Amino acid sequence: MIKAILIFNNHGKPRLSKFYEHYSEDTEQQIIRETFHLVSKRDENVCNFLEGGMLIGGSDYKLIYRHYATLYFVFCVDSSESELGILDLIQVFVETLDKCFENVCELDLIFHVDKVHNILAEMVMGGMVLETNMNEIIMQVDAQNKMEKSETFIFQSTRQDR
Amino acid sequence: MALKIVKGSIDRMFDKNLQDLVRGIRNHKEDEAKYISTCIDEIKQELKQDNIAVKANAVCKLTYLQMLGYDVSWAAFNIVEVMSSSKFTYKRIGYLAASQCFHESTDVIMLTTNQIRKDLSSPNQYDTGVALTGLSCFVTPDLARDLANDIMTLMSHTKPYIRKKAVLIMYKVFLKYPESLRPAFPRLKEKLEDPDPGVQSAAVNVICELARRNPKNYLSLAPLFFKLMTSSTNNWVLIKIIKLFGALTPLEPRLGKKLIEPLTNLIHSTSAMSLLYECVNTVIAVLISLSSGMPNHSASIQLCVQKLRILIEDSDQNLKYLGLLAMSKILKTHPKSVQSHKDLILQCLDDKDESIRLRALDLLYGMVSKKNLMEIVKKLMLHVDKAEGTTYRDELLTKIIDICSQSNYQYITNFEWYISILVELTRLEGTRHGHLIASQMLDVAIRVKAIRAFAVAQMATLLDNAHLLTGNMQRNGICEVSYAAAWICGEFSEHLENPMQTLEAMLRPKVATLPGHIQAVYVQNAAKLFATVLKSQEGNTDSTAAQETSQLMIERLPLFVQSANLEVQERASCILQLVKYIQKLQQKDVEVAEEVSALFAGELNPVAPKAQKKVPVPEGLDLDAWINEPPSESESEDEQPKAIFTKEETKHSRPRHIEVDEKELARRREARKQEQANNPFYIKASPSSQKVYQDTPGVEHIPVVQIDLSVPLKVPGETQHQGLPMSDQYVKLEEERRQKERAEKKKKEKKKRKEKRSGRGKKHDSGPESEEDITPAHMVDIVTEEMPENALPSDDDDKDPNDPHKALDIDLDKPLADSEKLPVRSHRAVEAAKSPGEDGDAETVATQQPKKKSGKDKRDDKKKDKDKERKKSKDEKKKKKHKHEEKEEDLLRGEVHEPVVQSEGISQVAELPTSTSAEVSDLDFWLSNAPVPSNTQEAATVAAAEAPVAEVVSGAAQDSEPDEPKDTEMEETKSSKHKKKKQKKEKEEKEKKKKKRHHHHHRHSDGGGEESVQNGTVEEEEPLPSMSNYCLLAENSYIKMVYDIQGNLQDGSQVVVSVIFENKCDSFLKSMEFNVLDSLNSKLQRPEGSGPHDGLTVPFQLPPGVSNEARFVFTVQSIVMPQKLKGTLTFIVKNEESSTHEKLDFKLHFTCTSYLITTPCYSDAYAKLLESGDLKGSSLKLEGVNMPFHHLLARICFHHHFSVVERIDSCSSMYSRSIQGHHVCLLVKSSGQTVSIDAKCDEPTMLGNVLDEIKQTFSQC
Repeated sequence: MIKAILIFNNHGKPRLSKFYEHYSEDTEQQIIRETFHLVSKRDENVCNFLEGGMLIGGSDYKLIYRHYATLYFVFCVDSSESELGILDLIQVFVETLDKCFENVCELDLIFHVDKVHNILAEMVMGGMVLETNMNEIIMQVDAQNKMEKSETFIFQSTRQDR
Repeated sequence: MALKIVKGSIDRMFDKNLQDLVRGIRNHKEDEAKYISTCIDEIKQELKQDNIAVKANAVCKLTYLQMLGYDVSWAAFNIVEVMSSSKFTYKRIGYLAASQCFHESTDVIMLTTNQIRKDLSSPNQYDTGVALTGLSCFVTPDLARDLANDIMTLMSHTKPYIRKKAVLIMYKVFLKYPESLRPAFPRLKEKLEDPDPGVQSAAVNVICELARRNPKNYLSLAPLFFKLMTSSTNNWVLIKIIKLFGALTPLEPRLGKKLIEPLTNLIHSTSAMSLLYECVNTVIAVLISLSSGMPNHSASIQLCVQKLRILIEDSDQNLKYLGLLAMSKILKTHPKSVQSHKDLILQCLDDKDESIRLRALDLLYGMVSKKNLMEIVKKLMLHVDKAEGTTYRDELLTKIIDICSQSNYQYITNFEWYISILVELTRLEGTRHGHLIASQMLDVAIRVKAIRAFAVAQMATLLDNAHLLTGNMQRNGICEVSYAAAWICGEFSEHLENPMQTLEAMLRPKVATLPGHIQAVYVQNAAKLFATVLKSQEGNTDSTAAQETSQLMIERLPLFVQSANLEVQERASCILQLVKYIQKLQQKDVEVAEEVSALFAGELNPVAPKAQKKVPVPEGLDLDAWINEPPSESESEDEQPKAIFTKEETKHSRPRHIEVDEKELARRREARKQEQANNPFYIKASPSSQKVYQDTPGVEHIPVVQIDLSVPLKVPGETQHQGLPMSDQYVKLEEERRQKERAEKKKKEKKKRKEKRSGRGKKHDSGPESEEDITPAHMVDIVTEEMPENALPSDDDDKDPNDPHKALDIDLDKPLADSEKLPVRSHRAVEAAKSPGEDGDAETVATQQPKKKSGKDKRDDKKKDKDKERKKSKDEKKKKKHKHEEKEEDLLRGEVHEPVVQSEGISQVAELPTSTSAEVSDLDFWLSNAPVPSNTQEAATVAAAEAPVAEVVSGAAQDSEPDEPKDTEMEETKSSKHKKKKQKKEKEEKEKKKKKRHHHHHRHSDGGGEESVQNGTVEEEEPLPSMSNYCLLAENSYIKMVYDIQGNLQDGSQVVVSVIFENKCDSFLKSMEFNVLDSLNSKLQRPEGSGPHDGLTVPFQLPPGVSNEARFVFTVQSIVMPQKLKGTLTFIVKNEESSTHEKLDFKLHFTCTSYLITTPCYSDAYAKLLESGDLKGSSLKLEGVNMPFHHLLARICFHHHFSVVERIDSCSSMYSRSIQGHHVCLLVKSSGQTVSIDAKCDEPTMLGNVLDEIKQTFSQC
């Protein structure tokens, strides 16, 4: 199970936070801060696993992260997930973002966090990996965006009416 | 000013969208909080508007703010509004917001049930998808219960996109509503073989997640997973399955044997590191589970270790890390194979990556030996000095202690060295683990008697040295050490060289800055020291010294008497008074030392931490029973406020000086000797060293500790200046000692070899040194921890009682019981229940077997046969059944005989367990198929004797493809039946499952054939024909409605009408509205705010050919008379060209029976009821009833909600209760075709009606 997925930048600013278990907003922020603290002080060429300790869930949980340019992608997972598998999943996630946003950069994530959520929702659901095939993910995301677009047309016209 | 207003209104008109908000926040870096609060105000305004687009936009922004840490739960209701928008765009925004901020205590969640249900059944797959995704984040027990059935239906959706989401979310549903697991499991299992890889992967995912927590319930799926493993190419799925096997193998070693080969193949063939790694992991798990056997066992280990070494040597830090992680698993069972890679692991200790260093540390734990312990610890101590972060340093510290103390200090040869290591560790400031060091000191000092003198000396220096007292006392964890130091000095004060000095050190004013619990120990042990000092001083002629000591105490103690800490204060004032009294006596020249030291006399023995728990509860003692009236709830009893030094606390609570007579002492001594002799952990003297101490017999001797006087007993801080830290000197000394020893041995052994007289040659150093050669420096007498007599041996691994997965520990092989049907508020797809013809199918599952068995053999014969078969095959294989399997079988057998008290039993109760035990034997069969060549022949020989079974076994054993056994014609035997099934797996299993499902639906109504388990008559009776309580409500060319009425046990005035709507046409049916013309007595419950004539919207739409069930609640006042209510269903028929409004009238018939609820009743209570005389009688005679008696009873039970109280031959008493509490008792007698029913009830009108209805039932058949 994946317990949380966090994206934050090199300064610890959250760009996306998805918790698959409920925490209060304050705890969430604290977790993000501490995770950032743990992850950011690690060198570039050390392993991508971190025993989260008491942060989330306890000893069964690990932080698995990847660092891309200005962003950290952190997955907090328990022992039922394969460590290397999750690393691959992060890669798939980032590549998918790259396809969907066309050369994704931090700004895309900043301004379109809802879209990132929607993409993520096609990959991970309720803490379990739903789909790992990038083409399938993109197809579903596109189909939904298309639907949204057809509706937005109506939405805009109603807006003008108002 | 005017401009501002205009600007404001423009702002309002073009509401900020999410991007504007983000931009705004970025532009207001310096007053972000203020800016956001204005934004929130705007959002609040937007939420007040009616336009859903505006609301959605606002909710979208709130979701962003939630991520920034703002509580947005106040908008929960608006989120629900947005969720319920018909537009996908808004719906998605709403669900996203909900998934981010809803949780179990969000109260509006209960408003969402119907909305979610509607979305789940939406024709647009993305509506459904979005609802499922959202639900997966905020599902609550209520939602899970209400929606379980809808989601289950979606698991068979036509679109794989929906199927995979529905499958995945089931895990969440199971967690929140464990009762749904068993009904849903067959379908979940079916999804393992779904044509779509995504769905398959989801199903594997869910089952793996379930099985990880409760593996034993999923063993029976092993063959299926095995097949998937050998056929799947999806690495994700493979990894999950392989991980799952890792969890299953410990339960079933035979499975492991089967796995080794394919896994080894995978290891050799795969290029994916992730897969390779998981394979290695599972192979390790298999090897752990196989205690012995396996010819190529060591080869597999070698392969694993070799592959892991490659990982560890890889430049990729991730692989290195994982390699070490897996290595530590091998270490537990095969330390030898890991130890050869010590070089590599020590190398990893120097890695720049902390995670890797930590992993390497873990490995070191298992790699130490007597020989290398000192060396390794020395290396670690160097790392301690170098370590930067406190976390890593603390980790090092705990590891050092772990390594040294493991298996009862097994590897420590020189405890002086260990004590000095501990003392050195006290130099670590700011560590959290002061108490760990302290407890080690205490443990060693108490249990290793030989070391006490040395330990006391060291502790005295520690106390004398103020370095522990510096820094912030409350925060600095290291001050805990002074707790141990003070206690050791006090308790073993007889070993102190200069007790007076230590006493003074313990009473320094600075001590008062220590935490309270430490001060308390100081005070208490000062008193002990005082006693010792007095003793030594009273021997002298000069009495002034003793009086001075008392004076010192009297001067210093008041400081502690003023302490804010109660414990300190109390002890200090007690002791102060005592000392004052002593002083008085001293002034009268009375000798007091004896009496004072008597206060602290007595030997302390370490008590095992679990000792208290292990004391068996004496018979007849109920610890849960109240002795007095229970106190008010506000009183909470906190047993122990602080749990540090638990060991010590137990000791303090012991009476310190029990007057024990010599005899008793001798007896105890003897007992302890005995215990130690039998205790494997007790370090006994090795033969060579025993010679040294030959003259001191037995356990009682405290061995002579040869403290080398050349070792300066100095303050650790000072020793640093002398170049070598203290412990190093011991390492050196120890080395010298070992050398000497070796030299001596050599001298003794090899006197012949005179050319080598000088035994100290360097060559000896380099020579190999076996473990056994190293004798401990001093004979350590490690006192074992005491356990109570006849302690319970069970090692209870405490599971977390709050673990949600505990509830999911459900036996999935058991047949579904009626009580497990999914609950009232949900509706379900009812293909199963709609026609009696299909119900019959379900029946055949049960009857199949007897039919196949050529004759009309009785079922019990068949069962015996099967047991016999199984036994025989067991013998053939000469394999011991594994315990848990036996248990499983016992369970199954037990079930057959177990009376169904709940009276919710079903007619097939007797048959079904056989089919499940068949499943178990199926697994057995599959597992035994493992290529074990020696068995083949044996099996073959028996084959001649026992044709059908043996042929199967031999056939299978020869079969190289184990999961696809050959076709044999032995249709009669169970196993062949299963084989056949396997062959046609795809189709038949699905069918079977479907049947099972049907089964479940079919008996969802209460009470069928409960008598079949009464009085052990199960086996004789023929299976019951299928029954359904659903009767036709109305039907036209578009739609068909059937219904059933059930009482609501919780509410005496409510009944629930379940209506199954079946779409019979090719068009889409929507906007169904169900309405009933209320009567005075019975009313349809409508939501609040709707008028008495409004219809109820059916919460779903019906695509062509689909059926679904809705439930309606009615309130009734009087239940003594049957009722009929007229009603109409209106709906829209929609197809491509047109949509038309249609209407269907119906009549709901509330029979008196429908007010009855199956209630079990024991015969004694039943007798009392009849004797009470409150009941009025009536009777009924039925002629020409042509059915077996048990069928008759089953019918009454099923259709009229009765339960059997007792049955004797063809006479039976039955009982039921109405929702308003009327008792209805029946006595049913049958002779030939005549059945007479005598009935009693406290409501005669009702009784009459019920009897009429019973008559009606039987006249129909």
